[in-house]
Amino acid sequence: MISSVNTAGSSPSATSSLADDYLRLLRKKNLFGLTLLALLIFAAGFSLRTGSLALPWSEILRALGDWETTGRTAHVIHQIRLPRTAAAILAGGSLGIAGAVMQNVLKNPLASPFTIGVSQGAAFGAAFAIIFLGAGQTHSSASSAVTIDLPNLVVLCAFVGALLAVIFILMLASLKGVTTEAVILAGVALSAFFGAATMLLQYFADDVQVAASVFWTFGDLGKAGWTENILIGITALVAFAFFLIGRWEHNALLWGDEVAASLGIRVRHLRITAMLFSALAVAVTTAFLGIIGFIGLMAPHLARLFVGNDYRYLLISSALTGALLLLVSDIISRILIPPVILPVGIITSFAGAPLFLYLLTRRRKN
Amino acid sequence: MLELNELCFAFNGTPILQDISFRLGRGEMAALLGVNGCGKSTLLKTINGILKPKQGTVMVEGVALNGLSGKEIARRIGYMPQKSGTVLCTVFDAVLLGRKPHFGRTVTPRDLEVVEDVLQRLGMEQLALRETTELSGGELQKVVIARALVQEPKVLLLDEPVNHLDVRNQLETMSILREVTQDLDLLTITVLHDLTIALRYADRFVLIKDGGLHACGDREVMTPGAIRDVFGMHATIHDIDGIPVVLPLGSVQ
Repeated sequence: MISSVNTAGSSPSATSSLADDYLRLLRKKNLFGLTLLALLIFAAGFSLRTGSLALPWSEILRALGDWETTGRTAHVIHQIRLPRTAAAILAGGSLGIAGAVMQNVLKNPLASPFTIGVSQGAAFGAAFAIIFLGAGQTHSSASSAVTIDLPNLVVLCAFVGALLAVIFILMLASLKGVTTEAVILAGVALSAFFGAATMLLQYFADDVQVAASVFWTFGDLGKAGWTENILIGITALVAFAFFLIGRWEHNALLWGDEVAASLGIRVRHLRITAMLFSALAVAVTTAFLGIIGFIGLMAPHLARLFVGNDYRYLLISSALTGALLLLVSDIISRILIPPVILPVGIITSFAGAPLFLYLLTRRRKN
Repeated sequence: MLELNELCFAFNGTPILQDISFRLGRGEMAALLGVNGCGKSTLLKTINGILKPKQGTVMVEGVALNGLSGKEIARRIGYMPQKSGTVLCTVFDAVLLGRKPHFGRTVTPRDLEVVEDVLQRLGMEQLALRETTELSGGELQKVVIARALVQEPKVLLLDEPVNHLDVRNQLETMSILREVTQDLDLLTITVLHDLTIALRYADRFVLIKDGGLHACGDREVMTPGAIRDVFGMHATIHDIDGIPVVLPLGSVQ
């Protein structure tokens, strides 16, 4: 209707140039994604080389190309460095997209797995397994200060803890008349609640159990084997695909619930399903690796600086930025005080806090 | 074209709108008038289905909206809420969003074409690739109107589109609205507070009082008596250089 009225009055050349300019601008955003991808590949290569055993590129590439070979190099690459690198990429990506989506559906730039209590729920679940169910009631060994007897039980309980937080938040979000701000505040309350419950457990536990439960909360990529990676990868992929299909719905939601609803979007349905998928991705990641702070918060904010708040580009950019941030943090955690490998959660939080402050001031200037 | 039959809306059991019935036609520019909190915004949201009516029907071109999906309603009704924030995206992005009810998942060349046409119609070619965060209030208002227009609606609902604009931008925005209403043969319903602006640009007037319809009609219904009843205010209407001007005199005690 509109175009038929209008094309008569406007020259065809002018008409085509505006869309062309727009499409050219969009292609520039693709460049950012490609740059991130190149950086990620570079960092992954560096990650494979980093470790106490010095390996030349030729040997690394040979081990990567041939999965049948055995020997020290193959073992180090196949069983230690590659799973670790993959975990950084998958978990970082997973946290990145979860953060990007949560920030939009909860309408709060501070929304992240950390803020809504999912991480603390997982930590409580792990502490419950270690202390109450005796999954970590173990003796110290020479190689590791703390070992956990029943890792599967801890992971399961951590997952259930994260899920409890998710269910609570979802129930709250699905109630009519509850604002998104209230959901964030409830997340803060929930975090405090889980924190208190964890402390209560720890108060009555012996020192080894306390050590084991505290140790679990340090986000550590060394916990990931291939099984863990596959599970984290599948959840991240499913969540990503779901969000990508709804990219225009997310773009509409940026303008507010009423605008989105007037464009035919079922806002409550979108909010609840998006929270469910992002929380699941976070729950799986946290259950296997422990708490990794700031990636879910930082990655989307960094990506937004380059591609804007457009979910067609922001989702993949946040995933790649999250993956890159976590991978680089992991490399730093391994080379900072060799041969000690620091838990990567410590590095991300250390680096995350000043980076976030920088972003805040930069935003104000803009 | 747009027909409301005994439309009622209640929030938590409290009736907000009661038995509102009126009929408006294509090419008409209607002003929705009433005091703060009388239910104007609620009425707009109930018309386009953001709020579900307790009873009554809304028909657009003979089709009842309560049987339609949100997407189908969005192809018939464009809506602009009272407050609109900015988002870190370009004007083109923001306007393209209005094509969502038409394209589903992926943008087609036709969608880009419609956006271009509307941007050109509103004289916004220069702004197309600017960030919406850099725009002035008046420019942003045009972006939101453009987004509603690319929906290719039959009815345009605008909640206080000129309230926070300066005088020049108020006149400009209202002129644009009147122009597109006539050119595209739309029905535009606009919530306004400035009665002079309403008289100058609208040709239909819907007066709401306490959640009910007080009057609906052409210029004839806008009498000092109606203004007194609806707004609780004495006023006179003067004609200055052919432009009707409402002069408020004071509240009815």
